[in-house]
Amino acid sequence: MATLKITNVFLNDQSGTLIIKDNTIDSFVQGRMSLDSSDNTFDGKGCTIMPGLIDVHVHLREPGFEYKEDINSGLGAAAGGGFSRVMAMANTAPVNDNSAVTKLMLEKNQVHHPYGPYVHPVGALTRNLQGKELAPLAELKDAGCKAFSNDGLPVQDNELFRRAMEYASDLDMLVIDHCEDSYLAADGVMNEGRLSGYLGLKGIPTTAESMQAARDILLAAYLDTPVHLAHISCEESVELIAWAREKSIPVTAETCPHYLVWDEEAVQGYNTLAKVNPPLRTKKDVLALRHAVKSGVISIIATDHAPHADFEKEVPFAQAPNGISGLDTALSICLQLVRDGVINLSDLCGLMSHNPAQLFGFPVNRFSKGDPADFILVDMEKKWKVTSESMLSKSKNTPCLGQTLQGRVMANYIGGQKVLSRLDHS
Amino acid sequence: MNWTHKDLLDIESLSIEEIQHIFHTSSRFIEINSRSIKKVPILKGKSVVLFFAEPSTRTKTSFDMAAKRLSADSFSLATSGSSLKKGESLKDTVLTLQAMKPDVIVMRHNLSGSAGFISKHLKCSVINAGDGWHAHPTQALLDGLTLNQVWHSNFTGKNLLLLGDIAHSRVARSDIKLFTRLGCNVRICAPRTLQPSGVDTWPVKVYNNLIDACKGVDAVISLRLQLERQKAGLLPDIREYASRYCLSRHHLCNAGPDVRVMHPGPINRGIEISSELADSKDSLILDQVESGVAVRMALLFLYCTGNKNEQEIQED
Ligand SMILES: [Zn+2]
Repeated sequence: MATLKITNVFLNDQSGTLIIKDNTIDSFVQGRMSLDSSDNTFDGKGCTIMPGLIDVHVHLREPGFEYKEDINSGLGAAAGGGFSRVMAMANTAPVNDNSAVTKLMLEKNQVHHPYGPYVHPVGALTRNLQGKELAPLAELKDAGCKAFSNDGLPVQDNELFRRAMEYASDLDMLVIDHCEDSYLAADGVMNEGRLSGYLGLKGIPTTAESMQAARDILLAAYLDTPVHLAHISCEESVELIAWAREKSIPVTAETCPHYLVWDEEAVQGYNTLAKVNPPLRTKKDVLALRHAVKSGVISIIATDHAPHADFEKEVPFAQAPNGISGLDTALSICLQLVRDGVINLSDLCGLMSHNPAQLFGFPVNRFSKGDPADFILVDMEKKWKVTSESMLSKSKNTPCLGQTLQGRVMANYIGGQKVLSRLDHS
Repeated sequence: MNWTHKDLLDIESLSIEEIQHIFHTSSRFIEINSRSIKKVPILKGKSVVLFFAEPSTRTKTSFDMAAKRLSADSFSLATSGSSLKKGESLKDTVLTLQAMKPDVIVMRHNLSGSAGFISKHLKCSVINAGDGWHAHPTQALLDGLTLNQVWHSNFTGKNLLLLGDIAHSRVARSDIKLFTRLGCNVRICAPRTLQPSGVDTWPVKVYNNLIDACKGVDAVISLRLQLERQKAGLLPDIREYASRYCLSRHHLCNAGPDVRVMHPGPINRGIEISSELADSKDSLILDQVESGVAVRMALLFLYCTGNKNEQEIQED
């Protein structure tokens, strides 16, 4: 029985040693512990211990766009960001609408990161993401997909979306919807409002999101079938979700770190690094989203990690692709919310680990005996500069490029195996 | 005045003094343009690239004539001949142009922010000849120069109306910034579908009835309507638009006594402005064209010679 002891760490404000046996959590022993020379130990150097993070919404770009990111580099960034599992969207080329693509992703994971982080493919809801006919959902599930989504090209046909929800529920699988009315959003490149009028850019109104969120909620109520709403960006959607949850309609939702810290002002000067879909909204929306994650109306923070090459972002604003590279910085950005008192650390563990694990059926680590030994060591004080060198993702497209963030993942363990360490010992 | 700006991207970056300096410099070129020999050698040896990634006959001709009258060499790069169509990025295209060492690149582009984008990558000066819906500073300056002459440099308290498609108009955005800075009360009149989002935060009074909008007005600038706005669902049809927003004499019955009408051109007669009014003595439409060449001469002069002594105009 292999035993590993992580000494000198903090768990729930208690200092002590984490003991791992047989690749699962055994116990946390407060205070100093006398160690046997035969013990396999790792000095946690005063870091705070958190469960391994789970990201339910990333784009890993393989197959098809390996110059932006591939499974190897994307999972490397996930490891560096503190994630043990990520769910990868289907808008690859070819689209993940058949078992061959799903299997390819899982095989690449095995080859490059056999001990994790793990990629869990999200299958396309419709063939080639066209929104016209259902993808072979059972085949995708059997191949290893964890959910279905037309992310990026949301299904506009309400009848088809209803049937997709029904068919997926037969398979005990969740549908994830990128809420966007494609007519209201057409050709829009930023939030519609004061700034879009000033900059002369076509805007995307908040109603493009909230109307689709309302559709999904009403269908979930009518069918009594769950649906998960991706990367929620605005106050109206939050209010609709709150209403739905009050009525026990089976709806869950996620938002992203960028919607919790930046508003549309970040695109001033036509800054393409802040161009994302849904767009960064207003201060009012940021406050509504912060309140939503605090109150549990939105129960998950996902990155929507969307890497793009620098030359793709070095174009006039309207031509730039949407997306922020998020895996490297997500935890550090969210720790700012903890320091600001918006949420506490245990809320954050819920939002970035326990809740996504529960919703999508992954093992949950609450540091109780027998929980999976998926955990990270975080230096809460450590300041680090976001640069192309310090980011492990192939793509460096984030508005915080060049900024200094506080709080750094120093080690990442998955299933008791160390998959990343920034602490200076062997 | 020393000219310290590298680029002209928008109106915001100009101070009132700088705007007045441009008007002052332009009026000297108006004088030169009225001579029988309209060419001076002050920009001899300077190179101006006219990079028009969106077609425009009049603005390009105006800049071309301005450059030639100052004896600069002008080179044209139009969309059809450019490699943009072959998939080259805008950045690579302008870096290629820069390698040929021009002094100024004048750019027209259909995307907002594109002039600012290229200026970040270029060491030579960039003059924005219109970018998307964002800005058209040289048009605003020529509109300003035209009214500067009519109003004898007194803009304070004058009522100016911008009429038509404000939402998609770089001319409107730049005119509003220029004329409010100069002290005018600016109004806009447009159907709600053609008003920009966030218009309530703009320093303008908003009207949707043209008769009301014209009350006590000193000048009206009617804007060009892109006829495809109807297909985009922003208007029922062009005829209905004309019946509500085509500026004609009867709208001006309660206007100021010396009301003037303007239009950046090219005009859709009978849609944006009545033909009779466009050709009337109150119309400044052709004065705008004349001001345009002078303003662009002034700008090319300022951006090519930078902080050199302005007496050069006279010495040459
Ligand atoms: Zn999405």
